[in-house]
Amino acid sequence: MMKTKSIALGMALAAGTFAASNVMAATTLENVKEKGHVQCGVTNGLPGFSQPDSEGNWTGIDVDTCRAIGAAIFGDAKHVEFTPLTAKERFTALQSGEIDVLSRNTTWTLTRDASLGLNFAGVNYYDGQGFMVNKDIGVSDATELDGATVCIQSGTTTELNLSDYFRAKGMEFKPIVFDTSEQTVQGFSAGRCDVLTSDRSQLAALRSKLADPSSAIILPNTISKEPLGPVVRQGDDQWFNLVKWVLNVQINAEELGVSSENVDDMLKSDNPNIQRLLGSDGNLGEMLGLQHDFGYQVIKHVGNYGEMYERNVGPNTPLGLDRGVNNLWNNGGVLYAPPVR
Amino acid sequence: MKTETITQANGSKPAGPKPWYDPRVRSIFFQIVAIALVFWGGWTLVDNTLSNMESRGISTGFGFLEESAGFGIIMSLVPYDATMSYGRTFLVGLTNTLLVSAMGVVAATILGFIIGVARLSSNWLVAKLALVYVEVIRNIPLLLQIFFWYFAVLAALPSPRQSVEVGGSAFLNNRGLYVPDPVTQDGFGLVWGAIAVAIAAVIGLRIWAKKRQLATGKIFPTFKVGVSILVLLPVLAYFVAGSPLEWDVPALKGFNFRGGITIIPELAALWLALSLYTASFIAEIVRSGILSVSKGQTEASKALGLPNSLTLRLVVIPQAMRVIIPPLTSQYLNLVKNSSLATAIGYPDLVAVFMGTTLNQTGQAVEVVAITMAVYLTISLLISLFMNIYNRAVAIKER
Repeated sequence: MMKTKSIALGMALAAGTFAASNVMAATTLENVKEKGHVQCGVTNGLPGFSQPDSEGNWTGIDVDTCRAIGAAIFGDAKHVEFTPLTAKERFTALQSGEIDVLSRNTTWTLTRDASLGLNFAGVNYYDGQGFMVNKDIGVSDATELDGATVCIQSGTTTELNLSDYFRAKGMEFKPIVFDTSEQTVQGFSAGRCDVLTSDRSQLAALRSKLADPSSAIILPNTISKEPLGPVVRQGDDQWFNLVKWVLNVQINAEELGVSSENVDDMLKSDNPNIQRLLGSDGNLGEMLGLQHDFGYQVIKHVGNYGEMYERNVGPNTPLGLDRGVNNLWNNGGVLYAPPVR
Repeated sequence: MKTETITQANGSKPAGPKPWYDPRVRSIFFQIVAIALVFWGGWTLVDNTLSNMESRGISTGFGFLEESAGFGIIMSLVPYDATMSYGRTFLVGLTNTLLVSAMGVVAATILGFIIGVARLSSNWLVAKLALVYVEVIRNIPLLLQIFFWYFAVLAALPSPRQSVEVGGSAFLNNRGLYVPDPVTQDGFGLVWGAIAVAIAAVIGLRIWAKKRQLATGKIFPTFKVGVSILVLLPVLAYFVAGSPLEWDVPALKGFNFRGGITIIPELAALWLALSLYTASFIAEIVRSGILSVSKGQTEASKALGLPNSLTLRLVVIPQAMRVIIPPLTSQYLNLVKNSSLATAIGYPDLVAVFMGTTLNQTGQAVEVVAITMAVYLTISLLISLFMNIYNRAVAIKER
């Protein structure tokens, strides 16, 4: 009797193990369609990138990137749910399948691409690391920061860049590593450190959170390249392609002058590039496992890249960031999306 | 035993039950099955994890420990710079954790004993103050207390340029307490030797004093004489060797102090919070221990003419310790584990350095988390072991 019980227990355990591997075998797209939403990993609050308001509505360029994916699959931007993650938790959340896509101002590096079992699906913001200092210390350039105490958020590439920069310049520094960007700002405003370092886009946002933003200045130096973009799990090429091409469609739409405002008129356009983009001609969407008009849905519900930028981080937002390198290739920037054809 | 001898004596075995009806065989069989299941379960977990990680292209293994880390750490007890390996960052984090834990255990014990005794004081004010302390501190979450001390300490302190000067060579500001660093010169070995001799002398003195007291009943002032020896002998040696010590005094260069030893505010805040919090629990444990000693013991001791201090030291405390030690052990364990909250205020402990930055740079979550858990388990088991040994020493000896 006891024996049969233990055998039954063993079999149940084994069955559980197999069942678990079966679930993972379904493609991400199938899973997403089945549960009815895209689960998207974002920050726990970074203005311009992903930030919830008092009613729990998320806004930001990273959030819009996720909404665009949702729009491409479900035909409207509401089928997205957000998981706030710290920098430390983000990769594990994606690896373990807790989220479908990580869109959390994450820097694309070789190590992350090659050793974490993840793939970067493109770049939705080209950033670089900078320094914010208290005005009182009278520093106007990063080369004067020898001996400085630096507040920094843990789990980011900034920690390495910082160390590399000071080492290359033969300068000393003392890092104070906090868990979240909130604590980093708190440490900075409490005077624990002379310098706060982060991606330049974040510095603008963090500076706006200070009690007196004019007490701090952002130094002109940019010490690293930080291409930020959405990340997916390795080994599901269909999903990887989907995320990659949703972003490319948004960039191409801006290049072709298609926006959320004129997209309905553009459906009647004679331009074959626009016809393919919006799916009024051809079946490009079906190749990705989507509806033929996925491009139309993305632009209709979320907009092109330019709209996304202006709405969240552009000059008319609290962040007030110029397009800079984040402009189209034919407009002085580096955004050059492969053609939709 | 008896039945066995009888069977052997008779020379004939009674027909025993078939093996599968024999309760002993059955129990052994099921224990083997249970162990096999546990091992199989564990092996399946490990094997599944490894093969799944491999199929998803996640790197595994412990090779990353030898790669160069490339990031800075504000405080380390062992030499460290960014060119050293991830294995070294582990060591830095571990020593920082051990440092704050050890400081916390010592401070919490001392404070806890004082407050525990104060709780029982016949002075109304002292007893009530201790009561208020215990009830306030132990009922506020530790994380909040850590934040409170960190930001309270930071807000109260001036910026480096307005540092508070202590005695001309120590400086206090919101970057920490800067004190001169003693740099030993040639000939300092003599001082170390004197310290060793002094310690040996004090131990010898204690043994002699105890023997003399047992033989003659005369009490020798061991404590006063012992302290004098411990202080005077090294000081004498120091001057005989020609003051072989130089001080590396911190000085304001640029916008921060350089040189000397820095006690960073993160360490101070974490230490303060851990000690105060744990002390409130220890105080209650001490109180319960003292109350467990029956009043008759105190009265008997008084009847023998022992003064209050000796009654406490020789009669009450030794008996109270039997009740105090086991729960005290778990408070020590709690303190060590709670020290991992350091990560919230940027103190570079094991969790912050190793499970934070190192994990993120390498992405090898499974290995790093496993190592970290193993470390906390080891530290806790070691503390338990030593406390159990001590417990056995003070426990009632049944004679």
